[in-house]
Amino acid sequence: MDFTIILQAGIASGTVLLFATLGELFSERAGVLNLGVEGMMLIGAMTAFSTTIATGNPWIGVLAAMLFAGLISQIHAFIVITLQADQVVSGLSLTFLGTGISLVLGEGLSKAGTVSLLPNFSIPLLTLIPIIGKIFFTDQSILVYIGYLLVPLSWYYINHTRPGLHLRAIGEYPSAADALGISVFRQRYFYVFVGGMLAGLAGATISLAVSPGWFSELTTGGQGWIAIGLVIFAQWDPIRAAVGAYAFGALRRLILDIQGPVLLLGFANPFYYNPYLGFFLQMLPYLFTVVVLVIGSREAMRKRIGAPAALGNPYVRGERGK
Amino acid sequence: MPESNILPSGKPRIDSLELRGITKRFPGVLANDHVNFDVKAGEVHALLGENGAGKSTLMKTVYGLYHPDEGEILLNGKPVHISSPTDSINLGIGMIHQHFMLVPSLTVAENVALGLPSSRGPLTDLDAVSKRILELADIYGLRIDPSAYVWQLSVGQQQRIEIIKALYRGAALLILDEPTAVLTPQEVDELFVIMRQMTKDGHALIFISHKLHEVVEICQRVSVLRDGRMIGTRPTSETTKQDLANWMVGREVGFTPDRGNVQRGEVRLKLENVQCGSDRGTPGLRGVSLDIHSGEILGIAGVSGNGQRELADAVTGLRKITGGKVTLENADITNLPPAEITERMLSYIPEERMRDGMIKDFTVAENMILREHHKEPYSRYGFLNLKNISSNADMLIKKFHVKTPSQETLAKNLSGGNIQKIVLAREISRSPRVIIAAQPTRGLDIGATEYVREQLLEQRKQGTAIILISEDLDEILALSDRIAVIYEGSVMDIVPRSEATPQRLGLLMAGVHPE
Repeated sequence: MDFTIILQAGIASGTVLLFATLGELFSERAGVLNLGVEGMMLIGAMTAFSTTIATGNPWIGVLAAMLFAGLISQIHAFIVITLQADQVVSGLSLTFLGTGISLVLGEGLSKAGTVSLLPNFSIPLLTLIPIIGKIFFTDQSILVYIGYLLVPLSWYYINHTRPGLHLRAIGEYPSAADALGISVFRQRYFYVFVGGMLAGLAGATISLAVSPGWFSELTTGGQGWIAIGLVIFAQWDPIRAAVGAYAFGALRRLILDIQGPVLLLGFANPFYYNPYLGFFLQMLPYLFTVVVLVIGSREAMRKRIGAPAALGNPYVRGERGK
Repeated sequence: MPESNILPSGKPRIDSLELRGITKRFPGVLANDHVNFDVKAGEVHALLGENGAGKSTLMKTVYGLYHPDEGEILLNGKPVHISSPTDSINLGIGMIHQHFMLVPSLTVAENVALGLPSSRGPLTDLDAVSKRILELADIYGLRIDPSAYVWQLSVGQQQRIEIIKALYRGAALLILDEPTAVLTPQEVDELFVIMRQMTKDGHALIFISHKLHEVVEICQRVSVLRDGRMIGTRPTSETTKQDLANWMVGREVGFTPDRGNVQRGEVRLKLENVQCGSDRGTPGLRGVSLDIHSGEILGIAGVSGNGQRELADAVTGLRKITGGKVTLENADITNLPPAEITERMLSYIPEERMRDGMIKDFTVAENMILREHHKEPYSRYGFLNLKNISSNADMLIKKFHVKTPSQETLAKNLSGGNIQKIVLAREISRSPRVIIAAQPTRGLDIGATEYVREQLLEQRKQGTAIILISEDLDEILALSDRIAVIYEGSVMDIVPRSEATPQRLGLLMAGVHPE
């Protein structure tokens, strides 16, 4: 096994998690928990793939995926922002809805054959850096490079721009923002939309770049849930989110690849001979998500790790605080 | 007042603001009934009234959060239309809310910049904002560090940011909604210095408060609202505290509760070096030792967030004690389940009465048996005895003067004072050995406050040991036999009633040990 190749593939697969995690991060910083990531990613993957088949242009596919997933996210926004319903229930329903829609519209898509994919390329000069150049800058999809740019941009936006300041305010203390003339409702709709678009992009990244094709609900395979766990793990910080996303991407690849060879480091590979061990490994990222979500749901712990104070609470004008 | 009609902040002065015949109706309530009110540049005008008298409604009308059904607002003699907070800010009206509108995780400069356009377009211009903050701070004598995070600041400092925020937006007239409710006596003095400076410079201030001595001290004129109607406006120099209190309540009010002479008895509750964590994971209590005797009220004074909540939680079993020991009548109750501590006749009047003191969607009668519901006479073999529950409710409603349409009314539909009476009735009627009373009169009007305090003193007379946790120093001084001052989770000192003055307690509350 060549670890640089595994890591190289891991970065690509981590890009999927990165987009989804950043999207959820924006939504949560605005105070809206959206558990519909998995559903929106499926919508994105299906839309990207089918649109690309129809038009022959993968960029139109990416655009359509982001728009459709963004639109679907507005159902959640309407339910939790305008109707002030429970965010957990609505988000879960959104996952079911998104899964259902993508399965119906994606019927027969898995036999559609190959499509033109987004381009892969290497970055001149950077690719020459030993190991790092190979892992990060050699023969990666353009979406991977977009991911690299999106991380510092998101960080700068949140921490150093005026709209970013407003974003932090509406997630922490919406009534204070409202009293100063910032429209909490409009902003929350917007960031839920951003979250939806990025989830859609994550889906498109799967079906048009990382593992091209449409494999019904197995296309995403629960990565939307891992993204939600990663947001907590990242403590709502884009840089930490990137570290987590790439680490998990690499881990996913490693778990797949480790089951291949007969010999591992010169010994009989237990993961090859006993598939149950492989299943166990494949379970680990989801186990991590469960653990992080359990930890992150404790009120005291949430305060300590810096969760947006108003996360999960509908904003009702005239009610004081939180 | 200076000749110029430009304020030191560089903004134009508001010479007068006048409300004429303001009427505001809510479903079933006439919140403001043809109210007239005015304030002039260079004065502090107090607006007094009990909860529900219509003060907030009136001020929210001025600030553009409500629209009056009738009446008009005149600014410098000309009618104006205020339809949103943005309008009022543009007219030069600012409001300091009772609950600060600050985002704790942002810095001072970021909080001030919120919602304003930036000189650098989409990017923040925090350097320019900080510079202006320091300018304003210099003019008005407000010490502030623009780069500090709000959560790091004391309540008094946070209030200064609120004032700066209003001044930054060009406020010439400031509405201060119960600004002293959360301050230490020293911080109140500092606020008054700032307020005097502002009026001297030509600002107009509206001061909303319950605390009569503050009104008398800082205001030039005072207006009293009762049941939505303006009872009258007078110069403060021509009134006394007693007059104002009677005006507010509409009857004679007893000011200093009768403490009587009570012999203090044996130690009922003992805390030895008690430690526990806070919600943030930091130490909440750092080794607190207290003895509370029978027939004694031990006051716990301190600025909010210095361990009061943790203390109440630790004693009642709601928070894990990580070190030390709590003894109730010679029995170790450290880390016993709350139910077992309750069984030993410890009663608790929690700070968050709506959340921890009752179940909002239960009826009055049900709330009244919450502590004893599993025992006779209220239940037997797991079945509730509705007849006994109902007669208990009738008895307590009468005895504690609870104003409720019926005992079947849901608790959430009652006023704060009546809700507290239900909690009080439940906790006191079981003849407790020890009572923990946390902020028992916060948010209550004068009438209800008077009642709650009388009941606590009555319990003291009957030999109950009482811990009174309160951020209201007047209340602590009026009721306590001894006063323990808590600061950052430690007891700074325990002062006997006879030696306690607001100044001495205020220093201890700020963490200063007088030499």
